[in-house]
Amino acid sequence: MTIAAAQLTRTPHVATIALDSIPLLEIYSFRDAILDDVARGGRISALFGCPISPQRVRLYVALSHADDGSISVAATDVGDAYPSLTPDLPQAHWFEREIAEQWGVVPSGHPWLKPIRFHHSYRKGHDAWSRATGDAILPSVTDFFRVDGEEIHEVAVGPIHAGVIEPGHFRFQCYGEQVFHLEVSLGFQHRGVERALVGGPNKRTIPYMETLAGDTSIGHTTAYCQIVEALARCQTPLRAQVLRGVALELERLANHTGDLGALAGDVGFLPTMSYCGRLRGDFLNSTALICGNRFGRSMVRPGGVLWDVDKQRADDLLARLRPALSDVDNAAQLLWISRSVQARFEDTGRVSKEVAELLGLVGVVARASNVDRDVRRDFPTGIYRFVLVPTMGWPTGDVFARSYVRWLEIQRSGQFVCEQLASLPEGTLRVTPGPLAPNSFALSLVEGWRGEICHVALTDAAGAFAQYKIVDPSFRNWVGMMMALRNQAISDFPLCNKSFNLSYCGHDL
Amino acid sequence: MHNIIRERMRQGYRTIAYPKGSPQMPDRFRGLPIVDRTKCPDGCEMCAEACPTDAIRCEPDALEVDMGRCLFCVECQTACPAGAISYSGEFRLATRTREDLLTDGRALKLAEQLDAKTRRLFGRSFKLRQVSAGGCNGCEADVNVLSTVVFDLSRFGIQFVASPRHADGLLITGPVTENMRLALLQAYEATPAPKIVIAVGACAISGGPYIGHEEVHNGADQVVPVDLYVPGCPPHPMTILDGLLRLLGRLEEPGSGGPGGRAPALHV
Repeated sequence: MTIAAAQLTRTPHVATIALDSIPLLEIYSFRDAILDDVARGGRISALFGCPISPQRVRLYVALSHADDGSISVAATDVGDAYPSLTPDLPQAHWFEREIAEQWGVVPSGHPWLKPIRFHHSYRKGHDAWSRATGDAILPSVTDFFRVDGEEIHEVAVGPIHAGVIEPGHFRFQCYGEQVFHLEVSLGFQHRGVERALVGGPNKRTIPYMETLAGDTSIGHTTAYCQIVEALARCQTPLRAQVLRGVALELERLANHTGDLGALAGDVGFLPTMSYCGRLRGDFLNSTALICGNRFGRSMVRPGGVLWDVDKQRADDLLARLRPALSDVDNAAQLLWISRSVQARFEDTGRVSKEVAELLGLVGVVARASNVDRDVRRDFPTGIYRFVLVPTMGWPTGDVFARSYVRWLEIQRSGQFVCEQLASLPEGTLRVTPGPLAPNSFALSLVEGWRGEICHVALTDAAGAFAQYKIVDPSFRNWVGMMMALRNQAISDFPLCNKSFNLSYCGHDL
Repeated sequence: MHNIIRERMRQGYRTIAYPKGSPQMPDRFRGLPIVDRTKCPDGCEMCAEACPTDAIRCEPDALEVDMGRCLFCVECQTACPAGAISYSGEFRLATRTREDLLTDGRALKLAEQLDAKTRRLFGRSFKLRQVSAGGCNGCEADVNVLSTVVFDLSRFGIQFVASPRHADGLLITGPVTENMRLALLQAYEATPAPKIVIAVGACAISGGPYIGHEEVHNGADQVVPVDLYVPGCPPHPMTILDGLLRLLGRLEEPGSGGPGGRAPALHV
């Protein structure tokens, strides 16, 4: 073990640690420690800033280790600039752009330092691009990567797109039909979620969690509840853990099914589009049968869940889910046997394993590029400590792989939900968590339907949130979508985009 | 081909009968709040304190829920020691004015249909441009679902189109973030008059959970005039469908407005 490695605190992924036990390193040791940790299998789950004085910002890093389920944590103090990690560690690039935008700290040497959400710095008087406090900041008004040449043209799309979909701006550098480069510029959905969470928890905290990415309400709310439970040292009842797992997998089933339908629609294959459009609703309605809301609002709360599933309700759910799962299976099979579909899916929007690992991609997208990564298995919490949902992957990294992995996961999640509903453990639904530990650091990971959701909370002396960091899987994966478009036909953009189906608001917060 | 046809037969006909039949909502569905001031213990304001979006006005002589802010969560219901607030399974909630979303236990004034002149224009063909302006993809998803075979929105002549220039109106979701304000205004201006604006969801009506954030504008009507408010977080697809049909005068039931109806907001 090198000296640098020893400077990181390694902790089990469900534990909280005292803030003062986190090694505070000098910046060069901090960089070396991170690089060394990554070389030994670590991956950045969170890298963020927290102001400690008007002139100083403390950077925290949390690296996750799939081999033993541990998290390495370290911190360093910086002023208005520090040597960027990105040239040595590409997976840091989006985190460093966020740090620059939020706190006005320049990662010097960052190869493409631009805002990601287009808002003023949270540290008054410090701006990474030397903009004055009074200057208007307009979304996507910035320099874009440009390819020059006689026959190169640029295509700009958005923020408002053609479908019923969230806003974002896409800038293509094209040579005829061929895309040389795509740059995605977001921030249109920025609502100031993280900033509003500081000082909490309070009565608005849960609604923020349930709506920060509204198609992932169960995923994000579960991540938050695990933070509170870790800080309060509270043990969730087993029955609640199972019901959370059921709700999380129903969320995955609904979204994966919807995605298969939308992918079919994007290649003009209407049968599967129509069937999956309906079947997605069957899974949402199953969630509504449990908690009254199709998106799982008011289901998960700190200490447990709000709604019970008795024998009768479990039987009702199973009676709906079994035929729905069979119908999804049949609808998906049509995709795999239709050559016109396969001709569009195969070899389109390829992301290699090397690129996926270099950029730290997560979830379905990573697994479709043969990166074996799943929080449910690598960093299990709740019911996943006792029940393994097999991790599904595919090696080709194209639209086909991202579709096929979804179908494989639908089968595993469906099996999990049916098994759990058929054997729900006895017990209470919820306990009341006590006060949160003061001056502490807590990290929580959940495998949402898009991939790894990471929440980090730092508490102050009173146990309130001094900082709350949210890393939605989309924050990691948007750059994967940009890479997938390289050398593709621009007409395949909708298909590629749908095969990622990333969240705009989950990124923009 | 054989497989596709066989699967088509197996999947069957799935479009709901609405508006001829009545939909079956899940038993735990939270629709129109039931408010009973007479049950309130003296000086108790626990519901109002518990409400995440301050949607409840609790005063000695009044107990009122603002459905424009309401997230239809369970906090007030859980907090109230006397059961003065609960939820019904009533999914019909859309109104024409912001004030009509305030409910104190009396019958809700549901959306009136458009006036005869506007109805002649839009009653049988109504094209909408959807703009998400900070929406969380909850409202967007349940608007999108209306185009599936289950609801089959196009059988009513209602469709979502790709350009505001092809549209008869806008359907807005989200609290209107500062970063979407200009794009929304441009989409609004690009929509030819006469035009209809529909705000779907607590965020688009009031800002929802994001009320008061400096990053947002507290709802669509702070930026453009709104003709139809569809409350919920997100509203159930039935609530949105009911609102759209009610607006167009496609529901044959008493109380949906006389033949005269109500003109859209002045959009110039």
